[in-house]
Amino acid sequence: MEPYTVYTYPSVSTCGQPIIINEEVCTGCNACVEVCPIDVFAPNRETGKAPHVQHPDECYSCGVCVMHCPLSDEGAIDYRHPIMWAVRWKRKETGEHFRLGVADPPDPSRTPPVPGGKNWGGGGTW
Amino acid sequence: MSEFESLLYPYPIDYEEVNEVSADVVVLGGGIAGCWAAIAAAKKGLKVVLVEKGATIRSGCNGPGVDHWANALTNPACPISPEEFVEATLECADGWFNGLTQYISCRDSYECLLEVEQMGVKVRDTEDEFKGADFRDEKTKLLYAHDEENKYVILLWGTGVKPALYNECTRLGVRIFDRIAASSLLTEGGQQGARVIGATGVHVRTGAFYVFKAKAVVMGLSVPKRVWTFSQELGGLFAHLGPNTSVGSGHAMAWKAGAAFNTMERSGKVSGGFSAFVDCSARTEGAWEPCGLVDSRGKEVPWIDRDGNVLDSIEARNKLAPGQKFNLSYPGTGWKHYYPWVPKYEFRRNTIIRDLGERANKGEFVPPFYGDTPGLPETYRRKIWGFMIGQEGTTRIMIYKHYLESGFDPEKDMVQYYGHYAGSGGYTGSPSGPEAWRELRAGPAAGGLLVDWDMRTTLEGLYAAGECVWATGGHSIAATTGRWAGRHAADYARQASEPVVSSDQVQQERARVYAPVRRERSIAKGAVDWKEFNLGISRTMQLYCPKTKNDEMLKIGLIQLQEFRESEGQRVFAREPHELMRALEAYDILEVGEIILNASLARKASCDSLEFYRLDYPEDDPPEWHKFLTVSQDNGKPKVGELSMNFWGSLEDNYESHYSPEE
Repeated sequence: MEPYTVYTYPSVSTCGQPIIINEEVCTGCNACVEVCPIDVFAPNRETGKAPHVQHPDECYSCGVCVMHCPLSDEGAIDYRHPIMWAVRWKRKETGEHFRLGVADPPDPSRTPPVPGGKNWGGGGTW
Repeated sequence: MSEFESLLYPYPIDYEEVNEVSADVVVLGGGIAGCWAAIAAAKKGLKVVLVEKGATIRSGCNGPGVDHWANALTNPACPISPEEFVEATLECADGWFNGLTQYISCRDSYECLLEVEQMGVKVRDTEDEFKGADFRDEKTKLLYAHDEENKYVILLWGTGVKPALYNECTRLGVRIFDRIAASSLLTEGGQQGARVIGATGVHVRTGAFYVFKAKAVVMGLSVPKRVWTFSQELGGLFAHLGPNTSVGSGHAMAWKAGAAFNTMERSGKVSGGFSAFVDCSARTEGAWEPCGLVDSRGKEVPWIDRDGNVLDSIEARNKLAPGQKFNLSYPGTGWKHYYPWVPKYEFRRNTIIRDLGERANKGEFVPPFYGDTPGLPETYRRKIWGFMIGQEGTTRIMIYKHYLESGFDPEKDMVQYYGHYAGSGGYTGSPSGPEAWRELRAGPAAGGLLVDWDMRTTLEGLYAAGECVWATGGHSIAATTGRWAGRHAADYARQASEPVVSSDQVQQERARVYAPVRRERSIAKGAVDWKEFNLGISRTMQLYCPKTKNDEMLKIGLIQLQEFRESEGQRVFAREPHELMRALEAYDILEVGEIILNASLARKASCDSLEFYRLDYPEDDPPEWHKFLTVSQDNGKPKVGELSMNFWGSLEDNYESHYSPEE
């Protein structure tokens, strides 16, 4: 075949940006690229660099990229709700109102209710 | 990098490459059903190939995890029999349900759970974290959900299921071909209706072509998940309960090959998408657990039993009504309107008052409402948050991790319940959009491939399992039917003749799949973007196959889809393999639309139990139409067939006579 230049194009059908990669922490291992069922990611052409979140609008929020990231606990990759899905909640005792992504959130829960404690599946320990 | 930008395409592209792969059994789809089919066939000693569009280790509707293992009727703590359970589910669905696959599942489900345990998945509370909980069996350490007295739904630490199935496939020598979208079925002589002898596929990264030759094929692909909807307001292209790549390609290719489908006229209003399960801990119908609901002033919404008696304690909410043998609390049984209310008194479970909307409108309660997880006993709070959310597909990261890290604490906080947007009298779930946004429902209520007791379709050589089979869905049903279909496909392949692939059929398919990458790309010169094409098909379904339909609308819908196929469809372009995947999906959605429209035209009657309403035939389920309708293609023309209710015959006798053991 003739060599020719091909690009991959963003094809934005929704406005959400659910996948956040911290390029300072990410080592470019591409575990997320390889596990994503949709191919939301495109690997970086530079070895060791963070992949591109190329099709964020096609993400269906399954979270397996975070589960398989060896550095998810260190914040290499995270999922956040696009703001149209940002749920509100009320603290029962005080009546205070909060929202996902609010500027000054309460401290994270220290006693996760999932059996076995905090284990998002990161580092392959699902 | 998060800005939208064009990048150099990251993978080498080769639209000329053709790879030929031979096997005894080819499985299409590496989700739960496909993996179980591949494992079962490999255990019989056959050469098995698994073809998956994503990455088998995490793909499919339960790729990220599963929390409930349903239909575990044969587990030692369950006092009810598979026969009476299936009879009850059929009664609740007014007979419009797949007794055959439901029965196979009820007989085999617990056995499959034990196999999953053997593969290394935790299914028992071995660390005694729930010791003393009402829903725990102290002897076996199994945890139960829903009907806690009859114990037919088992909780599991299910985020590990897909990796375990993947490892088992690998251990048994299954050759896995990831990132390949199956595109068509190959038939003997290339003829519609002939024996199925393989499949073709396109690599979604490189664009390379694959020809899979096989003595038997197992279809493990999903129910079509986006036919009516292609929305910017709904999340991630919007596919309810699964990846948006699950568009019904299996339906499309089986339709083209001539296989028959059952009940494809059924559809319902989209049941999710706006809120992405944000309020699932608050919804009684979402969690089926006894979480309280309070209004904005802290007033508790009463729970009632089936007779309307108010239940005073949290513990009473998961118990049976006086004199009740068992309840059907699991929404996986295809009953009328899917979620709101088990229709038959005998099997109805406790829930919140059903007239909350009316009572709120009169001022008795003040919306919005909140889910009172802090008011639950600790064991139930962890059951909902630890299992329902922490182990269920997609919610572990999206909700469990994200909410907790964002400061939400189920011990202290009450999540807002978005049912108050559902409109007057709604209050039972998330907002769901316009009436014309419909879906084929989740597996248990959706139409799909007709199968016999071997889980063979109407085509020789083609077996099917999981959601692509009519009225068959849910994790444990996918597992059990996958295992059953894999064994029978293997038995058939052993004695089947060597397949001879028609090179004409392969060449025609290559020409079809690569047409979009070779077309004009200038919009000014008439090129059509795949998204516009996709939305045009969805809008056609919204306009001409809405909730209430008539012959005229349905016929226009068919004409319009045919026009799209011959006109705009000939101008759809793709610039790289990922876009090509999406363009090919849009063509498949068009095929699925045609199946639905043909099936809808065939039923000249309304049927409330099927959520099927005709302006021109308004009478509800008249006796002469109380039968299943099938559609298929014969020489390219739609053909309608019919089947009586309970056409599967004696469940127990057929199960026994068609049982194929593991070897």
